[in-house]
Amino acid sequence: MEKEKSESSRILQRFAFWKSSTEKPEAPLVEDEGEKSEDAVIDIENLNVYIREQHILKNVNLTLHDKKITCIIGPSGCGKTTLLRSINRMIETTEHLRVTGRVCVDGEDIYDRKAEITHIRKKIGLLSQRPTPLPMSIYDNITYGCRIHGERNRKKLDGIVEKYLRNVNLWDEVKDRLHTPASALSIGQQQRLCLARGLAVEPQFILADESTSALDPISSKHIEDLFAKLRKRYGIIMVTHTLRQALRIADYVVFMYMGEVIEQGTAEELFKNPQHELTKQYLSGVFS
Amino acid sequence: MKSKFIVEKIFLGLMIISVILVFGFLGSILITIVRNGWPAMSWDMITQLPGGGFYIGKEGGVLNAIVGSLYIVGASTVLGLLISIPIVFYINIYLKSDSKLASLSRLSFDVLYGIPSIVYGAFGFAIMISLGLRTSLLGGIIVITLLIIPIFVRSMDEVARQLPRHLLDATYSLGATRYEVIKVAIRQILPGIATATLLSIGRAIGDAAGVMFTAGFTDSIPTSLDQPAATLPLAIFFQLSSPIPDVRERAYAAAMLLTLIVLVLSIVGRMITHRFSKNKIK
Repeated sequence: MEKEKSESSRILQRFAFWKSSTEKPEAPLVEDEGEKSEDAVIDIENLNVYIREQHILKNVNLTLHDKKITCIIGPSGCGKTTLLRSINRMIETTEHLRVTGRVCVDGEDIYDRKAEITHIRKKIGLLSQRPTPLPMSIYDNITYGCRIHGERNRKKLDGIVEKYLRNVNLWDEVKDRLHTPASALSIGQQQRLCLARGLAVEPQFILADESTSALDPISSKHIEDLFAKLRKRYGIIMVTHTLRQALRIADYVVFMYMGEVIEQGTAEELFKNPQHELTKQYLSGVFS
Repeated sequence: MKSKFIVEKIFLGLMIISVILVFGFLGSILITIVRNGWPAMSWDMITQLPGGGFYIGKEGGVLNAIVGSLYIVGASTVLGLLISIPIVFYINIYLKSDSKLASLSRLSFDVLYGIPSIVYGAFGFAIMISLGLRTSLLGGIIVITLLIIPIFVRSMDEVARQLPRHLLDATYSLGATRYEVIKVAIRQILPGIATATLLSIGRAIGDAAGVMFTAGFTDSIPTSLDQPAATLPLAIFFQLSSPIPDVRERAYAAAMLLTLIVLVLSIVGRMITHRFSKNKIK
């Protein structure tokens, strides 16, 4: 009897130890790092995108804010993804493309001939719909961006890996297997890894293209919570198909239809008091 | 029994027969070579140069041919890789998917792939004559390189075309240049590159017609690129055409060595491939 009791208390103790050890390394929160002073914006002026003869984006005018979450909503095929990919010129990987208009980041037109494309993409990261780990280890995935931008110092890279993996709450899950292939992680972990990889090049804005739609509900919530946390430091522009998600986390909402921006405003304005008939219909689920 | 189950049984039977046939061929080739070559196999075969009168059955070995073959295969594989990898990535990363140049180059490589090696040999020979060159190790290396480039390009191209679009996008969106994207893409298609290399080595080491007029044949080991070089396929060819039974046996022993080299290279290649593919994204 006595023995049994001590046994169970030992297990309890071990459990308590385990519990405290998992709770303790609650990631050093993003806000610890000190916020950037000036609020940058992305200004989109008269943006038109044509692919072959198709007019995909029609005269888009938008202002996107730093340290806010902007959700782009609208029915399938309305040009949300095209708009998102225009913001860091990823759209240029599409063939037969023509872009007119301006996208200014901090007053600089990224479509200017002199603009350096690698610099733009470093500043404006992209998190895609499906996780896209690179064919290398977890460690190399995180440091890849830093290395191509010139960081070689091993110690610094080690620090970067830990910092950004903690930022996305992945450190505890992978710290013992940093040098194993990233492809062995679960889909949800892979998506957090991709987010950490994007953050490691220190972008100002993060573009998220339905980044939670391929994930299971728990992983999806995980990413969503991370966005809510990251907005303190980054401007986040996300395309989403789930209105509820936009309702939960958006500061600003942009509604698009057939390649045009129909309505934009703060989440509160747009959800509570939509001005345009199409927006009302979309929000009430007449079409989707 | 329902007819669809009967059809399935028939196909299963056909598949099993095909597999047995393949193993049967491989087995009978190996048995023939070993049975004919084993009596002539000796340590001398591997470690000695042909002595005086080797080709009428006196002492010596085929070390000259082993070394010559390895020189030619090694150098042309390296050269072939260095030339083919840029071609593959130019076609797949730099050119648009509907580019005329890309489809023209694919067609050209298909044609080159189909050209028999004797034609490469004759072409190389004609060029060497016009330049006033004699048969040499360098000539052999160049012709064999030309011979395996189409194999390299076409087999790597098939893999490179399957490169996931999203993988390239993910790399671009971190601010990578096209060159840096290619470095990531190489990691992804490493298993394909390894397979292409094995195929090319197999073709290069077994080729007799391409080297006959270009590398020539010699009883010594070449010490510089302008000396002629012996190769195993030619060593087999010359000895097999001899009227003396002992010499013909040595031809089979040389064939055994050739097969053994291919086998070892394939196994080592597969092992390396396995190591490389652990990071591959499915």
